[in-house]
Amino acid sequence: MSEKINFIIDGKECQSEEGKYLVDAAKENGIYIPTLCNYEGLKPKGSCRICTVKINGRFATACTSPVHDGMNIENETEELKDMRKQIIELLFVSGNHFCPACEKSGNCELQALAYRFKMMAPRFPFAFPNKEIDASHPKIIKDQNRCILCKRCIRGIKDEEGKSYFAYQNRGKDSLVVVDRKLAAEMTAEKAQQAMDICPVGSIIVREKGWDTPIGDRKYDKAPIGSDIENN
Amino acid sequence: MKTSISNIIDRYGNDPVRLMDILLDIQDEIGYIPEEINQKIADQVGISKAELVETVSFYHFFSDKPLGKYTVYLNNSVTAEMMGREKVKQTFEEEAGVTFGNVSSDGLIGLFDTSCIGMCDQEPAAIINGVVFNNLTPFRVKEIVNSMREGEAITEMFKQNYGDGNNSSELVKAVVSNNLRRKGPVIWDPYTPGEGLQKAVSMDPSQLIEEIKNSNLRGRGGAGFPTGLKWEFCTKAKETERYIFCNADEGEPGTFKDRVILTELPKMVFEGMAIAAYAVGAKQGVLYVRYEYKYLKKHLENALEELRKERLLGKNIAGKKGFDFDIRIQYGAGAYVCGEESALIESAEGKRGEPRDRPPFPVDKGYLGKPTIVNNVETLAKVTKILKNGSEWFNTLGTKESTGTKLMSISGDCRYPGVYEIEWGHSIYDILEMVGAEDVQAVQVGGPSGTLIGPNQLPRSLGYEDLGTGGALIIFSESRDLLKEVVMNYTEFFIEESCGSCSTCRNMPVLLRDKLQKILDGHGVVQDIDDLLEWSKTLKISRCGLGHTAANPIVTSILNFRHLYEKRVLRDREFETGFNLADSVRESCEAAGRTANI
Ligand SMILES: Cc1cc2nc3c(=O)[nH]c(=O)nc-3n(C[C@H](O)[C@H](O)[C@H](O)COP(=O)(O)O)c2cc1C
Ligand code: SF4
Ligand code: SF4
Ligand code: FES
Repeated sequence: MSEKINFIIDGKECQSEEGKYLVDAAKENGIYIPTLCNYEGLKPKGSCRICTVKINGRFATACTSPVHDGMNIENETEELKDMRKQIIELLFVSGNHFCPACEKSGNCELQALAYRFKMMAPRFPFAFPNKEIDASHPKIIKDQNRCILCKRCIRGIKDEEGKSYFAYQNRGKDSLVVVDRKLAAEMTAEKAQQAMDICPVGSIIVREKGWDTPIGDRKYDKAPIGSDIENN
Repeated sequence: MKTSISNIIDRYGNDPVRLMDILLDIQDEIGYIPEEINQKIADQVGISKAELVETVSFYHFFSDKPLGKYTVYLNNSVTAEMMGREKVKQTFEEEAGVTFGNVSSDGLIGLFDTSCIGMCDQEPAAIINGVVFNNLTPFRVKEIVNSMREGEAITEMFKQNYGDGNNSSELVKAVVSNNLRRKGPVIWDPYTPGEGLQKAVSMDPSQLIEEIKNSNLRGRGGAGFPTGLKWEFCTKAKETERYIFCNADEGEPGTFKDRVILTELPKMVFEGMAIAAYAVGAKQGVLYVRYEYKYLKKHLENALEELRKERLLGKNIAGKKGFDFDIRIQYGAGAYVCGEESALIESAEGKRGEPRDRPPFPVDKGYLGKPTIVNNVETLAKVTKILKNGSEWFNTLGTKESTGTKLMSISGDCRYPGVYEIEWGHSIYDILEMVGAEDVQAVQVGGPSGTLIGPNQLPRSLGYEDLGTGGALIIFSESRDLLKEVVMNYTEFFIEESCGSCSTCRNMPVLLRDKLQKILDGHGVVQDIDDLLEWSKTLKISRCGLGHTAANPIVTSILNFRHLYEKRVLRDREFETGFNLADSVRESCEAAGRTANI
């Protein structure tokens, strides 16, 4: 049994176990810290930065930071809320996200967070980058226009030997998440569905199947992102 | 082909951890890493092809296309530009008949840009087939390209003496100059290998760490973390299999002092690693060197070999029973971010050089998940001297909070660019006098990730109390256009070198660059200056120091030279889109296949 510890989030006394990741510890206490690249059951990667909080006055990502006794955490401050909103805006302007035409609309975490942060028009200029749609694999389509490079697919979708179906390519502004041709050729329908589900946006789409659930009945159409934790 | 691909991979035990070495050797053998062999390499080391491409595509010097029989990497740092890079570049293009970023149609010459190669005191400089050419002029470029057409061997193209010191030794034979302008009392105090290590093994490890702590030595790689404390943390880690890394990535533009230490005193550095190993009980060390210093490879390997013969590496070192330690050299392949300690470790494990999330810190979980100390070249050289001469001696040098000396890499507009060892505490003003700089408009302290300061700040002094630095000073005279030549170049550098992991660092610098360009183009308004400052703040929540400092050129130049921005923005309006009608018409006409008439 891990030892119980006390910490504070935005003035509220919280309890959890020593060493638990802060996002999870906060959740237990009914506090939502927004996440995007984090996914239950996967090793955290800290790449989207949206879960940034201040721990004892210093910036840290809640998905990668273990909680310790006596920590003082700021979460919903104006500064942090605006930085998180900026990240959402950055992700919108650096890709091409045309929600009404996207299969993931209503189930998309990026879209849901944009609503949560009340994004109207991004403050940054749109880049309208030229991106590819890779429809050369039998089970899935990889649409680079929508990829936010969170690496959830890379970490989560592997074959029996632990090899990744997805991989990061290039660096910096030219970064891309690509599909391994050989592995994708043998991808099962279940794996394809898992890949689509693990993707927070509509960058991985299962072929020949779509619009099963009508718009309006989808996950975030019913309850805003984070509300399950906050209303608990 | 001399060696088959599978033999190369075999040489490293088919181990994916050694992927950097495997790829470097394959690139050496074939000249590039052909797409067709990716699957073969991946299968042999047991990863997916896509995972292999993760690593290959990360590094600047790996290529999936042929790079030409002669491959020219011309440095594009600020000092190169200041010393006449543009004309050199043009001449290369004219003579070779190909533009930068391409290989000539006959496959003879490939021309490419590259970030700072650590030669800022002898620019313009290029690396051609792994060999450094410095002080390039259009005349020299014509000669070199002619020699290429005649098929000469690369080293026959020098037409100049080898550099000073070990640069001219049999194992180096480089035209690189040390430009060692001032020998200080620590690094250049007389050195006999083994003296420091002998003292170290006469103490017990905890005493040794106490000695380093008493010296108040702080890391010379830039961050200034107390070295003794770092070592002590490592001894507290649970696991006892531990590693010592020496960081010789030296990627910060304007920094080149580690190159001079490695050229002249490599054993002092290796000895420092052995001392660290004794302190924490490590058996294996890695010297991670940037690809740009590949010309030092044989020289460094030879130094290791000699140390083994002198019984200062290997088994029962320095006569101490059971003290076993050895070092391997790991070369990088072109990525500034690999200088960040956890990225360095990732790279040495054969992966992309992406920084890790912290905690855990390398002293807890580093190389192969084991406790690892990462120290800079200069830090480790100083460790050796502290052991030899004692911590008290070290404390008599420098200031109270900044003990000892600092090696400074000084370049830009001054009469004597080069390497200077000085005690901490000197003012920038002193240093400018020392190097013969006049008409100074601005000084970049600590490279692009540091601060751009103006004349009113010259009384500030070097040291952790005021201006802590990894040691680069780049001087700009009144004749320079700071925003266009300096700030823009540095911002582009960060865009090029971001690992791309963080949403912030991947995207924000591009937006900042575009906004700066808008101002330079005469379309900026006052709001744009404020936006630059405001948007930059979000970079502070990136994962590593690269993202944290990527906006420093812009932010510190606005803070200290705001008038240069104000002069360029439109004062008569609050909003300006920056939309250029003529350009857009031209672009759309081009797309439609019509000639623009504007
Ligand atoms: C982007 C980036 C690049 C860095 N490059 C170097 C480098 O080239 N050499 C170096 O010694 N430290 C570099 N550092 C600092 C290292 O992370 C680390 O602090 C240092 O190697 C520790 O050694 P020290 O304590 O002896 O200075 C870099 C840090 C960052 C964030
Ligand atoms: S495809 Fe989806 S899951 Fe994979 S990195 Fe892109 S956004 Fe993330
Ligand atoms: S801050 Fe930049 S370089 Fe550092 S981890 Fe993030 S993306 Fe990579
Ligand atoms: S959710 Fe923590 S960084 Fe992405």
